[in-house]
Amino acid sequence: MQSATSESPLRLDLALIPTLLALGFFAGIVEAARSLDPRMVVQGWTFAGCMLAIGAWYLATYADGPPKDERGGYANDVVKAGVIASMFWGIAGMLVGLIIALQLAFPNLFYFPDLPWTNFGRMRPLHTSAVIFAFGGNVLIATSFYVVQRTCKARLFGGSLPWFVFWGYNTFIVLAGTGYLLGITQSREYAEPEWYADLWLTLVWVCYLVTFLGAIWKRKEPHIYVANWFFLAFIVTIALLHVVNNLAVPVSLLSSKSYSLFSGVQDALIQWWYGHNAVGFFLTAGFLGIMYYFIPKRAERPIYSYRLSIVHFWTLIFIYIWAGPHHLLYTALPEWAQTLGMTFSIILWMPSWGGMINGLMTLSGAWDKLRTDPVMRMLVVSVAFYGMATFEGPVMSIKTVNALSHYTNWTVGHVHSGALGWVGYVSFGALYCLVPWLWKKKGLYSNALVEWHFWISTLGIVLYITALWVAGIMQGLMWRAYNDYGFLEYSFVESVQAMHPYYIIRALGGALYLLGALVMAYNLWRTVRAPLALSSEIPASALAAEVV
Amino acid sequence: MSERREIDGVSGTETTGHEWDGIKELDTPMPRWWLGIFYATIVWAAGYWVVMPAWPTLSGYTHGLLDHSQRDEVMANVRALQTARAAKERALTKASLAQIQSDPDLLQFAMAEGRTAFGDNCVPCHGSGGQGAHGYPNLNDDAWLWGGKLEDIQHTITVGVRSTSPDTRQSEMPAFGRDGILKPEQVDDLTEFVVHLSQRPADGAAVRRATKLFADNCAQCHGALGAGDRKVGAPNLTDNDWLYGSSREDIHDQIWNGHGGVMPTWQGRLTPETIKSLAVYVHSLGGGE
Repeated sequence: MQSATSESPLRLDLALIPTLLALGFFAGIVEAARSLDPRMVVQGWTFAGCMLAIGAWYLATYADGPPKDERGGYANDVVKAGVIASMFWGIAGMLVGLIIALQLAFPNLFYFPDLPWTNFGRMRPLHTSAVIFAFGGNVLIATSFYVVQRTCKARLFGGSLPWFVFWGYNTFIVLAGTGYLLGITQSREYAEPEWYADLWLTLVWVCYLVTFLGAIWKRKEPHIYVANWFFLAFIVTIALLHVVNNLAVPVSLLSSKSYSLFSGVQDALIQWWYGHNAVGFFLTAGFLGIMYYFIPKRAERPIYSYRLSIVHFWTLIFIYIWAGPHHLLYTALPEWAQTLGMTFSIILWMPSWGGMINGLMTLSGAWDKLRTDPVMRMLVVSVAFYGMATFEGPVMSIKTVNALSHYTNWTVGHVHSGALGWVGYVSFGALYCLVPWLWKKKGLYSNALVEWHFWISTLGIVLYITALWVAGIMQGLMWRAYNDYGFLEYSFVESVQAMHPYYIIRALGGALYLLGALVMAYNLWRTVRAPLALSSEIPASALAAEVV
Repeated sequence: MSERREIDGVSGTETTGHEWDGIKELDTPMPRWWLGIFYATIVWAAGYWVVMPAWPTLSGYTHGLLDHSQRDEVMANVRALQTARAAKERALTKASLAQIQSDPDLLQFAMAEGRTAFGDNCVPCHGSGGQGAHGYPNLNDDAWLWGGKLEDIQHTITVGVRSTSPDTRQSEMPAFGRDGILKPEQVDDLTEFVVHLSQRPADGAAVRRATKLFADNCAQCHGALGAGDRKVGAPNLTDNDWLYGSSREDIHDQIWNGHGGVMPTWQGRLTPETIKSLAVYVHSLGGGE
């Protein structure tokens, strides 16, 4: 096993990773030099540039032997980097979201035909990928790295491997995001990046699994904590989903275009098996892992029910994977498959709520903290939004409800009550906890600013989801309104015109949410810069002996 | 499980004895209501599987007691609608456009069909109220390029303008400037002439210079007095309705570039009955003759 101490002369990771980076660099250069596809040339240069930058970082960090962070204790610096990346991508992704919301509300003002990369079709995947994979992914990597080490009393496995995971993952983000702007897409929702970016992510993801699983393998605790079950389920299942959904044949190794292995309704089903479980295992299981550590830790109370955590974990894992077909109700998908998608979505209701009960009831005996600690309030409200979204989801999967809600803004509102309320708030809560812990400060720079963040963004969420509920239901009703002779009452354009006021309210809600995130970034930055270097956490050196 | 089990002071519940980084777990039983609802959803799902198509088998799938089929349901709905409309559609087939207009009952039906067909097919260019836009004719006013009678409108919808139909209505405004047919200063003069035609103040010298130019180049289609000619789809230049804008810049641009839009042919895409309904509907928008 890789020792983290400085006396170890041979470091496998420091031999393999730079070799890999060099290979990646040359692969990028070859693509840039040989490809006839101008977009691939840009991607090749981008990738080579990333490899070069990571290589330079490795050289600067390891030239004089292992850095201080590697001489015993937990790997903290990579978590810090993850926190910074999360905040950066979060704000970038929300800003793009605001721009496309304004494009919908004012299509004549925010339309630039001479700048194709500003088109809604390219900016929309940029927004979804930036908030889900760039923001959410960095939050998950940072928190899972933090949590697994402390709940296993073991350092992450593989020396600098966690760093490779961090840099490699963010390289994927850059490759994906610039690709969208260039117009490269597989046209698979939430899986838009093309074959070469998918291959790179697969490699990075295997490293993620190895470094995470290695810490569990080396653990000094007899049992594996529930948060780690969820993180592991997230990592393993996303690997499976990612690989299967992205099975494709590139036109050539020098082309940015590939063709999926699947076609027709099978293709649609594979895509939504992936798409729904990206929600289930990335945005639910992963963030439940965060909830299971940060809520009891912050509340200083025991988890409400161990048995509930076991049962809701296994039922959630088993049932979620079936629910994808509910995205394809009343389509060419065979009716039996629709039935399974709908019924398993209904059964999923209570397994989802198990996590909400365990989160909320852990507060019993510490409810007063909701008044005094705005970070605690953010975490608890996130669980409340989780409960709301996981009730709304099964309701929307019922065929008769879906007949109204499908293809409308109701779906968009539903996704955002989960994304802004649950994923966003639980991430913000975790980041507010992590920054003083990691940078060894007594507390946050300002609790008042957390209050401001909380209320500004809560108002934003409420405006956002209520506007889209009304808009979506109105849209659905307009589409199915018939006159006495059975002719449609409204043309499609009239339903688009009717959306205008709600799109404005939605953009306003999104702007408030972004404003809250900016307040947070300022608060965290001031916390890091604060001179007070006091921490309640056990110094890392005290654990060094146990870890090696 | 473990000897480190303890009683939590707040809830009075026993812990499991595990501890990670200071986090303990209570051994609270699962909430009964939670389990109850969970089992109920499973029972409901099992019941649903019994009555509806649900599980794949080696050679097909379980059809369920109802043997339900979405496809059959849609087909039945479509048939029911066709049956309900059959009498009126037959009447539309037989009736002339004028007869449709004079039969209040049939007119109401045709207007309903026309309105929906207009919303789904015409609105993207002509606007949701038929008000038109730059380059797309306004259907509410009395300015018609190809005629505003019922039959004219029906024919325009059927064959289109500069469309792929072999019978399409066809006309072409030459690009006098771009193609070098006239000199730039001649286009400037003609612009003044056209402004003058629409009873607006214009440069008298330019108008005089352009009089012969207009007679030589424009009058053949637009008429000696610029009143237009519906036989060739040439717009009336003496009124204040402008397809490509009324300003000097717009008029100059049109003489220079000779824009001409395309109206698709709807024959084959819409039934003759729907086209009839559309003609009646468009005729009623305000400018029908």
